[in-house]
Amino acid sequence: MNQQDNNHWLVRASTIRLLWIGGSIVLGLTVVAQIFIPIKGHFGADDWFGFGAAYGFVVCLLMVVFAKGLGFVLKRKEDFYDAGEEIDGSVNGAEDSGDHSGDDA
Amino acid sequence: MTELLSPALWMVLGAVLIPLTRSHLRTAVIFSMPLLTLWSIWQIADGVAGTVSFLEYPIEPVEGSPVRRLFATVFTLMAFLGSLYAFKTAKWYELAAAFAYAAGAIGVCFAGDLITLFLYWELMAIFSTVIVWCGGTPGARAAGIRYAIMHLLGGVILKVGIEGVVISTGSIQIQPMLAHDFSTWMIMIGILINAAAPPVSAWLSDAYPESSATGAVFLSAFTTKTAVLALILLFPGEPILIGVGLYMIVYGIIYALLENDARRILAYSIVNQVGFMVCAVGIGTEMALNGAAAHAFAHIIYKALLFMSAGVVLYRTGKSRCTDLGGLFRTMPFTTSMGIIGALSISSFPLTSGFTTKSMISQAAVDENLFIVYMLLTAASAGVFLHAGIKFPWFVFFQKDSGLRPKDAPWNMGLAMGGCAFICILLGVAPNLIYELLPYPVDYQPYTTYKVLFYLQLLLFSGLAFFVLLPLMKRTQTISLDTDWLWRKLAARLLLVMESVAGVVKQRFDHLGVASTRAGNYLVLRYLGDPHAEDSEEKSVFSRSWTIGTTALWISVLLSTYVLANYL
Repeated sequence: MNQQDNNHWLVRASTIRLLWIGGSIVLGLTVVAQIFIPIKGHFGADDWFGFGAAYGFVVCLLMVVFAKGLGFVLKRKEDFYDAGEEIDGSVNGAEDSGDHSGDDA
Repeated sequence: MTELLSPALWMVLGAVLIPLTRSHLRTAVIFSMPLLTLWSIWQIADGVAGTVSFLEYPIEPVEGSPVRRLFATVFTLMAFLGSLYAFKTAKWYELAAAFAYAAGAIGVCFAGDLITLFLYWELMAIFSTVIVWCGGTPGARAAGIRYAIMHLLGGVILKVGIEGVVISTGSIQIQPMLAHDFSTWMIMIGILINAAAPPVSAWLSDAYPESSATGAVFLSAFTTKTAVLALILLFPGEPILIGVGLYMIVYGIIYALLENDARRILAYSIVNQVGFMVCAVGIGTEMALNGAAAHAFAHIIYKALLFMSAGVVLYRTGKSRCTDLGGLFRTMPFTTSMGIIGALSISSFPLTSGFTTKSMISQAAVDENLFIVYMLLTAASAGVFLHAGIKFPWFVFFQKDSGLRPKDAPWNMGLAMGGCAFICILLGVAPNLIYELLPYPVDYQPYTTYKVLFYLQLLLFSGLAFFVLLPLMKRTQTISLDTDWLWRKLAARLLLVMESVAGVVKQRFDHLGVASTRAGNYLVLRYLGDPHAEDSEEKSVFSRSWTIGTTALWISVLLSTYVLANYL
């Protein structure tokens, strides 16, 4: 059964290649269409050809890179708060015993 | 007299009847009460229905207006769809709490004065906490306590503000104001805490994902959107809200990008979406307030749909972390497609409710010539597609094959999701249905060819960015630090430090105590002596046996001194 499921048409390499090709064509068309349907910018700065496409791609790139960078500072193991309580628990166990942020959510 | 009864009371009645009934009768209560509430909402005319006096204050339990009816309608609709989703699996006390919670939200909608608003506000705080606790895990219990503390604190701040306004103006009316003095600031902060605004946004992503699969559906609908309504009624055009909203938008995206838990991703995206509404209230024009109200309506439905699809996954697999999920589309095609419709709606894809409502907020920024705000809102629209529109369905239903082969949704959950998805698409293709209910006349055309093309470019290329950057977004089994670190970690550490300082001080006092006891003993021995000494030799001054002559001499000296003092 699993074997069959793993061959689901959507996950076959050929389908994925087709999806990439189809997706790229659609992306290209949305930009080319701007030749026929001029997009009116609101402020001048957003008036140039392919602005929506470039802006969408670039801000997403920046957000992912920013989040990745921030992740180095902010990311902690899932049991970060629980682990802290265990250490604290040796001194102050009674007060903290209820505070286990659930990694089983 | 009946016009003074808020439609919320139907939901209160429902909350009381749910524990008292069984099987089919309970089911009848669960489905009839929201319908009666909905009927009741649309009987309310504009303006104050009546006044009763309480402690010499004119209380107005029911005041109607288009925006109030709009919010109450969507809250009731959500109570109905949420109940349909939950009634077969949720515990009776979770359903009863959900009804009382919805009653609080609907009551706030029609509150004509600040005192009534506050009472319903607290009703929401109490029963939403119960829903968090219904998660049933130790994590849910602890998160519920943190949630309750945050909301009760918010309530106290709101109450301080209300008292201040009542004292300074003598009025308890709900009317537009600006944050210009201490009291109005307190009211605004109290409301913003419920909206999950900075610096306390973390309560939302801390508590909601700990609730049960069904509880999160109710939680996602009421608290933050009631806060948005309160801001629309009390602080339209308050410029600070623009900045607060923009911060929430960016915060929601970045944290959702870092997150591994699917339901926590959705929780962060609530903050992001409410940020759009808060920003719109800050802009404060008719277009912006229409946009905030319409977006709140659409958001409640598609966010519930997203939480429902994540809830089905949790219900069927017991898992919600992206690292544990994937490939579920094989056996859950219906839930997958519902999740995708919710994801497209939140991303404001054309033909969905997100497009027809959220774009009004961007238009409001354009109309007011707010260039930076417009550019940030547009960037955020791309970011929403990135973190919720693709990330959520991709990591939950597609990506790798987790090997999980769960069954699709039970019929009632499927029906509830179908209902939400229907509304998402209906409002996308027929936006006039919602535009006619908005507080101000709508002069806005969402579907112009160039606008659709622009949004397609923006969204599809952010989708491209997602797949190009996929290696950078590899899921890790981590959480991200937030401001709640301050009270979950730092405060606990400070408490420990204070405890050890108190310990040292106590030790010092103990030493001092021992030393002073010793000194006292010495003095007693030195001057009073030890009357029970073995040899009976009394050495101390006051314990000594004096001769009668000496005693008589002392007495005469004392008496002479007294006589002298008396005559001088």
